Amino acid sequence: MLNYAIKRLGLSVAIVSLAMFLLFCMIYLVPGDPASVALGPRATDAMKEALRVKMGLDQPIWVQFMNFFMGAWTGDLGEEVLSGRPVLDVVFEQLPYTLVLIAGGISWSVALGIPLGCWAAIKRGSLADRMVGILSVAVIAVPSFVIAIYALLIFSVTLRWLPAIGAGEPGDVGDQLIHLILPSLAVGLGWVGYIARMVRASMLEVLEASHIRTARAFGLPDRTITYRYALTIAILPTITLLGVGIGQMLSSAVFAEIVFARPGVGKLVYDAILTRNFPVVTGAVLVTTVIFVLLNLIADLIVGALDPRVRSSF
Amino acid sequence: MSTLSISGLNVYFSTEDGPLHALKDVGFDVPERRIVGIVGESGCGKSTLINAILGLLADNGDIRSGEIVFEGMRDLTKLSARGMQDLRGLRISTVFQDPMGALNPVLSVGRQMTNIQYRSGQSHSEKVARAIEMLKLVRIPDAENALARYPHQFSGGMKQRIAIAMALMMEPALLIADEPTTALDATLEVTTIELLKDLQEKIGCSVLFISHHLGVIAELCDDVVVMYAGEVVERGTVRDVFQRPSHPYTRRLLECDPARQTQRTRVLPTIPGEIPDLRARPAGCVFAARCLDRHDGCDQHQPERSVSGGHAVRCNLVGSRQTQGEQA
Repeated sequence: MLNYAIKRLGLSVAIVSLAMFLLFCMIYLVPGDPASVALGPRATDAMKEALRVKMGLDQPIWVQFMNFFMGAWTGDLGEEVLSGRPVLDVVFEQLPYTLVLIAGGISWSVALGIPLGCWAAIKRGSLADRMVGILSVAVIAVPSFVIAIYALLIFSVTLRWLPAIGAGEPGDVGDQLIHLILPSLAVGLGWVGYIARMVRASMLEVLEASHIRTARAFGLPDRTITYRYALTIAILPTITLLGVGIGQMLSSAVFAEIVFARPGVGKLVYDAILTRNFPVVTGAVLVTTVIFVLLNLIADLIVGALDPRVRSSF
Repeated sequence: MSTLSISGLNVYFSTEDGPLHALKDVGFDVPERRIVGIVGESGCGKSTLINAILGLLADNGDIRSGEIVFEGMRDLTKLSARGMQDLRGLRISTVFQDPMGALNPVLSVGRQMTNIQYRSGQSHSEKVARAIEMLKLVRIPDAENALARYPHQFSGGMKQRIAIAMALMMEPALLIADEPTTALDATLEVTTIELLKDLQEKIGCSVLFISHHLGVIAELCDDVVVMYAGEVVERGTVRDVFQRPSHPYTRRLLECDPARQTQRTRVLPTIPGEIPDLRARPAGCVFAARCLDRHDGCDQHQPERSVSGGHAVRCNLVGSRQTQGEQA
């Protein structure tokens, strides 16, 4: 297992490095001079030149890349244009809100999706199965910002059950959780559908396997067969899917944070784009990439812990 | 007393094109401490029969009539799902054909072996000890450490021996072995057969051994049941059936056994034709369409006819005229 974890970690480092390279290329290819953009239309040539030197833009491209690359790995993502604060600090300030939001989204999707998928598979062909199928497609099809807006209108504006905006009082966990319900539902509801369908499909496949027939022939109780013999296998592709799905949840988080006026990386990037605060945009994207790769790593390690075949094939 | 006594068993499957009569009037005994072989080509209803005995027929399967009496008292066809589950793995055990897929890939062998002892009322360490004892009995090297390993870390032959160990762990009265050696190569097949026979004597259980390998049946079994298209066409002791095959199908089957070929040939004999569509079963003999001895009487209902004590055949040529010993 340790061997597997080390190899998988090495792979993650390579992926992040590649992402940094791509990100650097994209910044480089964006038309316009970053210094002019940063300083605005009324800056003099001398001011622009001074900023160019300060930003290292007068160096050859490979030096620029190495500076960016080494800086990024050591946590130096540059400085925010307006305040001059390190970008990393600015992003990390907002990061916990987004992580909590994503965790909330995952909780919804796992807590509802896995039981629904299991239920549909066991009651295959029944009315319940068909209802789960229809609902799954419905929630997958509706974009998360639509869910966010309607959830806001129904539960906050009309019914007044839940707060509409903000992330809750700092330090008051209960209040923060109440503020988390609707945004996390907007982020995770689509994934309830994906996971329910995925779990149903892989459950049906596993329940047909000959080792399940063996388990039945040994007289094991249905509960043991369903949850310990079948679900432990059926869950594996779902965990991998969820690891990938976190990428999509991160983009849904942008909308959720804007609609519910929540602090977070999504909101930060949105505001940074509007104010052309490009160091913050790149920094936030890079941090998000690392988070995504890390969560994927965790998903793979969970799969490795559950499936001995994966461990030994690495 | 017979361990298993099946009589008049009729199993139907409902399909989109109407009911499929999978097993028709199946009847035979598995006497105590004997090994009964079931032989027949693919699609002859061997798997349906096993599932009917185990109470594991698919949802569209239905036992319309017949009895499956276990240990002289319980009719398995009338038992509740719960009652059936209580027998499975405890009194009736099964070894399946595919050793690669028969064990759960994500649970350790030890975990699977202790899980199936959940009704034994023993402590965990006693269950572990029992599992080790069984693995030693089937000659798994380093049995203590084998418990912590996973199925994919064993070879096919070892997996099948582990499956046998699991099946015999609770000392069942009946072991159903569904082509347990088909997926193994020839040398492994012999050792597995010997092991099975060894353990059967040690535990004193009866065995229902399904195979399409005539040599294995002749080697291992006491009695043999020949099935064709969901019917028992001939049954009797191995000696009777193999030396005096009385149903045309049995004779053709024996002729087609490659091990019986005495002359070099480029083309191995086969039985032309296919198993009839079981949704439209012929009223008379089910083998008639492929039979070399076809005659007018084939269209009539074929009751079981006794050749000699315990040797019975569903063919009206038997008794009505002298059966021809060898055709070829």
